[in-house]
Amino acid sequence: MKYIDEYRNPEIIKKLAEAIKKISSASYTFMEVCGGHTAAIQRFGIPALLPENIRLLSGPGCPVCVTSTDFIDKITKLSLEPGTIIATFGDLIRVPGSELSLDKCRSEGADIRIIFSPLEAVSIASVNPSRKVIFPGIGFETTAPGTAVAIKKAKEKGLRNFKVLSAHKIMPPAMEAIIRDGTRLNGFICPGHVSTIAGSKIFNFIPEKYGLGCVVSGFEPADILQSILMLVKQVNNNLPAVEIEYRRAVKPDGNETALRNMQEVFEICDSWWRGLGIIPASGLRIRKEYRDFDAEEAFTFETSSTDENPLCICGNILRGLATPSECPLFGKVCNNDNPVGACMVSAEGSCNIHLKYHPS
Amino acid sequence: MSDVVSLNHGSGGSQMRNLIENIFAGKFGMSKPLTDSALLENEGYTMAFSTDSYVVDPLFFPGGNIGKLALCGTVNDLAVSGAIPLWISASFIIEEGFPLEDLERIADTMASEAIKAGVKIVTGDTKVVSKGKCDKLFITTAGVGIVKSGFEHISKGSMIKPGDKLIINGSLGNHAIAVLGARNNLGFSSKIESDCASLNHIIQNFFGECSEIHFMRDLTRGGLAAVLNEVAEMTSLGISVQEESIPVDEPVKGLCEMLGFNPLSLANEGKFLLISSGDESFKILDILRSHPLGKNAAIIGEITDEHEGYVVLKTATGGKRILEMPSGIDLPRIC
Repeated sequence: MKYIDEYRNPEIIKKLAEAIKKISSASYTFMEVCGGHTAAIQRFGIPALLPENIRLLSGPGCPVCVTSTDFIDKITKLSLEPGTIIATFGDLIRVPGSELSLDKCRSEGADIRIIFSPLEAVSIASVNPSRKVIFPGIGFETTAPGTAVAIKKAKEKGLRNFKVLSAHKIMPPAMEAIIRDGTRLNGFICPGHVSTIAGSKIFNFIPEKYGLGCVVSGFEPADILQSILMLVKQVNNNLPAVEIEYRRAVKPDGNETALRNMQEVFEICDSWWRGLGIIPASGLRIRKEYRDFDAEEAFTFETSSTDENPLCICGNILRGLATPSECPLFGKVCNNDNPVGACMVSAEGSCNIHLKYHPS
Repeated sequence: MSDVVSLNHGSGGSQMRNLIENIFAGKFGMSKPLTDSALLENEGYTMAFSTDSYVVDPLFFPGGNIGKLALCGTVNDLAVSGAIPLWISASFIIEEGFPLEDLERIADTMASEAIKAGVKIVTGDTKVVSKGKCDKLFITTAGVGIVKSGFEHISKGSMIKPGDKLIINGSLGNHAIAVLGARNNLGFSSKIESDCASLNHIIQNFFGECSEIHFMRDLTRGGLAAVLNEVAEMTSLGISVQEESIPVDEPVKGLCEMLGFNPLSLANEGKFLLISSGDESFKILDILRSHPLGKNAAIIGEITDEHEGYVVLKTATGGKRILEMPSGIDLPRIC
């Protein structure tokens, strides 16, 4: 398969792994920010190909994992109101709020539909004019433009029954928060899909302000190894910079159409990240011009708490300060069938991935 | 909200197993290992008895329909237990308003599949429920067969030992992807057909020819990953699998990449895993490949005394990782 096979070629991978080994003269810690990278690294067995002095940490780039309990409480509550349809990406279904998950609400009769594109939610709203269709908007720069287009489409069609509950976030402020929090890093494997939309330039402040290297990586094993090789070289030469490994998809300026749509519908706000707390200017809320489609405007919510199980260390895991196996709940109380923290729920969550591939 | 059954409990993965073990098997006094067919000793011979319900959505999909699935599914559960399937029952729960024409098409398919498989549909039941109280049509089949002498241990896997080879009879994932494509909401159309087929004839080719088959199981919900994990747990032995050697058709591979599915945990309806001694594995491969349902048969790994209780996948890129038991609802109502 084109664009897949060449990036999984065992010969190329072997050569890259040898090249990394050859020049890794110190200890290196790199953070892969994106949950897609965490999953790929484990799926392809990359750690087994790296020398011991290279450590990979998983960052806060799984959208489901960083979504607040409060958000889940809001959407589950809405799902149980008569006449509503929740049209959602599948990964949100099992995420536990303080009491409920969408999964449990569905067992109670809530109408919850799994969709693959926000435009499907608009179609559902169009054929169900008497019902309110709510799309929980989660994710980073990767998914926010899609939500923006769906909102614009609904406006164009005059579909007042389509609402978005936005928990969209943007990535660079979270990376800055992690650096400031004191996580010891030598560089970032930067998210490929976020950068496809937003461009690699959004990371320029990291080498400039903090002296850390950034390589925007693709998702195949050769991509990831190549990116690690580039980061090791940056560290060795003490020349931190933003480099693009994922050239077949990413440009420095990103996708201008997608960004324009996103900026037209959303504005920057402070946002609460599960495990990280409030990060200033890291969220996306719907602009006044599109308030008819904002679920926050259409419904009133009681403020609920953001309390999480005190034993769950998702926060430290998301900041790269702890690994899943250091959590007292990991694999025992908290597992795939009974996720306590968000890192266990999502297929891109560190704990879920860790348990899947290292169960003992 | 109290604990309730969720769709995850029907996924073929770990939650379903917990539900069956904790609620049904315990109360019914069934002993482990829980196999697809019950083996019932009689004077001088052993009977296999199996049942299965079908709720696939949509009812018609490329390569088959719910009727074909219901017939082949029970035939296969018996066949992989080393039995010659003989008699089948079929029960129908039908939603008011269901088109008779569709019901006839489905019954025709079941009749012709029964002839192909050499089984007789001998009894059944019909219930009709009010509109909205079930989704179109659900079918339950049960079947009885006679276990081939010398194959009684197959379904329990009691003879599996380190060094044994793992063999599958062809490409994985086609059924799940065909059904998914037929749902119309994914925005893709493909020519992928379900692999739904009765496996009893290909399996009967081993009778009298092979004596070192140690296990067989069809690869339905949860796919190869679920069955391998069950074997690892059941035997407390390790399993080592080479990703490269597992056949997956290109279009299935492509769609899995796009949708984030692992072909190894997707449902099949005409594929089975066979475990045999290393010595006999090549003979078995030849027998499989000489049958149309086994053209792409392959040896995909082996039983080992390392990493006991775990399935380890050697990835095509040279890495290694655990192949996990599927959990959760990737794809509800696939069969």
